Amino acid sequence: MAEHLEKRAIVSGIGQSEVGRRIYGGDDRWERMPLDLTIDAALAAIADAGLDRRDIGGICTYPGNMDTPPGFSAVGVTELQDALRLELDWFAGGLESPGQLGSVIGACLAVAAGLADHILCFRTVWEASAQGDKGREAVTMGGGGGSFKARTFLQWSLPFGAPSAANWIGMMAMRHFHEFGTTREQLAQIALNARKNAALNAKAVYREPMTMEDYLGVRMISDPLCLYDCDVPVDGSTAVVISRADHAPDMPNPAVHVEAVGSALHGRPSWDQWDDLTTMACRDAGAMLWERTDLTPADVDLAELYDGFSFITLAWLEALGFCGHGEGGPFIEGGSRIALDGELPLNTHGGQLSAGRLHGYGFLHEAVLQLRGQAGERQVAGGPEVGVAAAGGGPLAGCLLLTR
Amino acid sequence: MTGKPFRVLPCITPENRHFWTGGADGELRFMRCGDCRYWIHPPAPICPECLSKEIEIEAASGRGVIHTYTINRKEWYPNLHPPYPIAIVSLDEQEDLRLTTNIVDCAVDEVEIGMPVEVVFEEYDEVYLPMFRPRRGS
Ligand SMILES: [Zn+2]
Repeated sequence: MAEHLEKRAIVSGIGQSEVGRRIYGGDDRWERMPLDLTIDAALAAIADAGLDRRDIGGICTYPGNMDTPPGFSAVGVTELQDALRLELDWFAGGLESPGQLGSVIGACLAVAAGLADHILCFRTVWEASAQGDKGREAVTMGGGGGSFKARTFLQWSLPFGAPSAANWIGMMAMRHFHEFGTTREQLAQIALNARKNAALNAKAVYREPMTMEDYLGVRMISDPLCLYDCDVPVDGSTAVVISRADHAPDMPNPAVHVEAVGSALHGRPSWDQWDDLTTMACRDAGAMLWERTDLTPADVDLAELYDGFSFITLAWLEALGFCGHGEGGPFIEGGSRIALDGELPLNTHGGQLSAGRLHGYGFLHEAVLQLRGQAGERQVAGGPEVGVAAAGGGPLAGCLLLTR
Repeated sequence: MTGKPFRVLPCITPENRHFWTGGADGELRFMRCGDCRYWIHPPAPICPECLSKEIEIEAASGRGVIHTYTINRKEWYPNLHPPYPIAIVSLDEQEDLRLTTNIVDCAVDEVEIGMPVEVVFEEYDEVYLPMFRPRRGS
């Protein structure tokens, strides 16, 4: 059997910038612009790993510098490398990877292969400031009218007034509701649980209590998804340092080991041509993850699962085998199982729904904090030893199984 | 001008022209393998089933069923007013021959999974967007 080289990688450092809604200082200020936030996160992660910037031999990021949508990714490898004058032996950034955490999986393989000892991975978003007071409509593709023509996969949805992942994921959720009897009251638990946990996270964007009544009463966005099923755009940057495991004894913080990764995409890489629309790419990535370890879902102490939309988290719960296919609704019903003191604490920082759309990396950051026992007020009790961090929805999916 | 809503239109290319302009003749056209007869969508220069490059353009019946749908409630574009149904329709010819579309001539609260539908085109310049309405008769 092939050796699973990701086991040679550890998460040695984590860092995060200030996070918030429109924290940009104004047109004549560079503070808290994307590169500034990225530098804050990067330097924090490097220091957290007990390293100096001269120790960093690689950078991996998702998705690299992009002009559109505004604020989606305004910093790539190049800007950060130059700002810190890093001497790199390996670097990679790109949109075509197994979800946002595909960049971290790539870094694990690069350290395992000896391309570098320590690789800085980051994800920077600036969507709140970039969207300004117009909200997400401001970034609707083609919303400016004029000569814009839809190309690539977007040509199949934009002409039908379906520019948002809320529409695409909404159709998947609707099919799941239809086949399995999943209900809005069940799905609500993803949002309610996130909000409850966010109350214990000082950096979370939305911390005031949310009730089932609030959830059922808020406006619908794209049936069966309501406003509280959608994550909240923020400004912020998250960074992690991936090191080769033999450096673990030198690190000031407990090393978090990469036990297994999932990066598979076997179905058609498409939002609407995917074979079984009650599942997503996470089905393939999740199955692959368990093929690379002797651990099982029953060994997992906490799960940090992407919630760009609440339904994606439900899909990840099923994909990772915490419950059967189609059983996600009953699994989360009532919310006690996924609560901070439940059998599978979920999205313990508040997820992207309440803590802000840090786009995948927030889940990894939180999993590491929890496994180190450094999550403060929201620390999962009992010294958790095994956690999952997963990111991506639709045809995007990547996940890591982490151990203390 | 007409009272048509705003639509982002596709960029017409040699690969997709048959699909986006077939409505001028009232036809919903797809690529189809000349060897194994597999319907191919989105367009590709090869049959994914048998790897034949004998690709033909053929009109489908335009009949299918709603595989899933959503009611969009948010105004993403000026002059494209919600609520409106967005659906993935699976065509009768082949289970995995599907497309994203709108359901028209149907109240939003009557749209449902499994509903038989048929194609109807909306014209925008040279582009004919294939929409679907509840099937009439058989
Ligand atoms: Zn063929």
